[in-house]
Amino acid sequence: MGWTMRPTDLQPAPASASLYEKHTTVHPKRIDGPFRRFKWLVMLVTLGIYYGTPWLRWDRGPYAPDQAVLIDLEHRRFYMFDIEIWPHEFYFVAGLLIMAGIGLFLITSAVGRAWCGYACPQTVWTDLFQHVDRFVDGDRNARMRLDKAPWTAGKAARRLAKWTIYLVIAFWTGGAWIMYFADAPTLTREFWAGDAAPVAYATVAVLTGTTFLLGGFMREQVCIYMCPWPRIQTAMLDEKSLIVTYKDWRGEPRGSLKKAQKAPDAFGDCVDCNQCVAVCPTGIDIREGPQIGCITCALCIDACDRVMKEIGRPRGLIDYATLEDCEREAAGAAPRPVWKTLTHPRTLIYLGVWSAIGAALLFALGTRAHTGLTVQSDRNPPFMLMSDGSVRNSYTVKLRNMQSRPRTMALSLVGLPGATMWTDDMSKDAATRQFAREVSADVTLPLRVYVIAPRGTGGGTFAFQVTSPDGESDSSETAFNAPEPPR
Amino acid sequence: MVDTDNTPASAGRRLDEATNTETVGHEWDGIEELDTPLPRWWLWIFYATIVFSIGYVIAYPALPMISKGTEGVLGWSSRSDLTDDLKAADAKRSQVVAALAGMPIERLETDSKLMRAAVSGGEAAFKVNCVQCHGARAAGLPGYPNLNDDDWLWGGDLKAIHQTLQHGIRQPGDDQTRFSQMPAFGRDGILTGAEIADVTSFVRTLSGLEPKSAASQRGGALFEANCAVCHGATGTGMREFGAPNLADAIWLYGGSRDDITATITTARYGQMPAWGQRLDPVTIKMLTAYVHSLGGGENFVAVAKAADKDASQDANGLDDATD
Repeated sequence: MGWTMRPTDLQPAPASASLYEKHTTVHPKRIDGPFRRFKWLVMLVTLGIYYGTPWLRWDRGPYAPDQAVLIDLEHRRFYMFDIEIWPHEFYFVAGLLIMAGIGLFLITSAVGRAWCGYACPQTVWTDLFQHVDRFVDGDRNARMRLDKAPWTAGKAARRLAKWTIYLVIAFWTGGAWIMYFADAPTLTREFWAGDAAPVAYATVAVLTGTTFLLGGFMREQVCIYMCPWPRIQTAMLDEKSLIVTYKDWRGEPRGSLKKAQKAPDAFGDCVDCNQCVAVCPTGIDIREGPQIGCITCALCIDACDRVMKEIGRPRGLIDYATLEDCEREAAGAAPRPVWKTLTHPRTLIYLGVWSAIGAALLFALGTRAHTGLTVQSDRNPPFMLMSDGSVRNSYTVKLRNMQSRPRTMALSLVGLPGATMWTDDMSKDAATRQFAREVSADVTLPLRVYVIAPRGTGGGTFAFQVTSPDGESDSSETAFNAPEPPR
Repeated sequence: MVDTDNTPASAGRRLDEATNTETVGHEWDGIEELDTPLPRWWLWIFYATIVFSIGYVIAYPALPMISKGTEGVLGWSSRSDLTDDLKAADAKRSQVVAALAGMPIERLETDSKLMRAAVSGGEAAFKVNCVQCHGARAAGLPGYPNLNDDDWLWGGDLKAIHQTLQHGIRQPGDDQTRFSQMPAFGRDGILTGAEIADVTSFVRTLSGLEPKSAASQRGGALFEANCAVCHGATGTGMREFGAPNLADAIWLYGGSRDDITATITTARYGQMPAWGQRLDPVTIKMLTAYVHSLGGGENFVAVAKAADKDASQDANGLDDATD
């Protein structure tokens, strides 16, 4: 199969025979190019969204928070701009999660491991921390020298500076997370005043720690050893998947520029400058073929294209391509445009499923009611015989006001002729077929309702109906239990 | 323990072509396993967990011994955790308990917040002490009254319920206990079998279970002479004696001919402990409030839903009745 295709004459030295692999720090070289700039853009957008979103305001009137995106765990509400999700509507969130899952499949099917390469938080933060490395310690060679240098005051100062910046970023990252769960300005004030909930400090501490450790030190180890997603993706990729590939038929046999100039026919385009290895954030050699360590960030394409330009060869010795196309190109066919890989059936099916779920969610969102009613009938005792022979049933009725303003809601009986009802906050002498209650903004009002039907009423069903002043209504059918007629 | 530079007994092993990694040397129907080296930091984490577990075993209860386990140097136990929790809960309740202790039962209705707290507490106490006879949710059983309905043998306002709970019904040794005794008209030879059948017919006409007949007319005269002194001339009962209303739809021991005949013949009455001897006064007040709140309590008392109106309308749709 194409996946295992590799230039057989390129076998590197056998892997270490040790049972344990020593961690070697990766020192990626600075590079510029279209993919690097795209990576900058993605980083800007994703970090901007992450750090900025909690600070967006959204006016919802006096009874609801004005934070645009807020996961209000205390009151069990999830606010997202104009959308407010109640706990019983959690299927919206489940739907979003399913969409996110299928979206990953879709992306993988269309453009391979693009998630890993550009948008995964581990990638974005690792990238950010690697820029910090460059800022403090200089580029690849300087960093490698410093790594090997003995511990002097200068090195310690640099390390301290670097780790301090790591820590600040990590703390900022952990701090931004909690802002999604409470009013951001208030929480910030409380946080620094020491008045925030212990869970806020604990969350910040944990996330600061994980960001510091995973972004600052673990880096590519997370992708290679800890993350399940690369393993799942290897099962999803095939010879039709877009991956970053070294075109060995063009590059091999490789040799230095000098050797190649002496004997142009004996050598391929690869001048063995190792730039592709130097810029790789996970420290792999793409020329060994597709491998789990390759997150397809395409920085090696930038590096190689630049070299090709300098030596006057066409770009794309390392390029986004499918293995199928590689074989075709190796056989001498013209390269196929990349968009063709986007339209193979699997991608379109994923896109269809993904869009269908999205459309269904939007439809459900557009048609949902803001007035609700749930009725739970007492099962024990199922009914109560009163001394005058009438029969009483008890219900827990919950009126839901899902608008962010108080509304007066009317509860009425539908069916069950002759029956009346009262609640435990009113006298049974005031029993009636309809009464109204003021329900505060955005809450559920539980009522204990007793329904009493005259002597001789048999068991059957009836409905509670709730009507709000703006005409919205909801009803719930329930059972009325009655004793068998006395002998 | 671990030779990190361990050279595998590698003579027989081969390198996997695709990954250039050694295989472990076994083959299962063509499937081979790569012997990928573990990252060393993983090994360190493994050692760290071992060190942690040693500390944990020393600090916390861990090892089972012959009669009991090790206790750990921190002295932690789940039982002491529970005790602390109970103490904290008691402390939280103490204010309500003190207020209830100082509040006469007949004035409880004036403090609807306290009333609500009492109802919640009573619900818990009911589950422990009362369900054995009155059934879950106080639905009753033949011979054990249903407390949800509006039929009360000894009275259904707060004070009457409290009195019944405090001193019980037919509790020997409590001179304030609710007491009455119906004669066993048949067993003691006061009425003959035929007369009992007539009285049965009459009693059943009171609540419309039987049409009027010659037998019921004869029974009416016998009722007047023998029963009306307690059950009243029209059979509507008398609470001073706990004499049930015979004209309503509710039968404590059943309303069929056989049931009523048996009751008149041998007399049936129940007994309830004087809970004042067993429970503290606050718990009894709580039970009183709970029983009164079940839907049949007399002299309606409004029970506050919670400390303030907004809190009562719980945001998550779950009941917060225990607050």
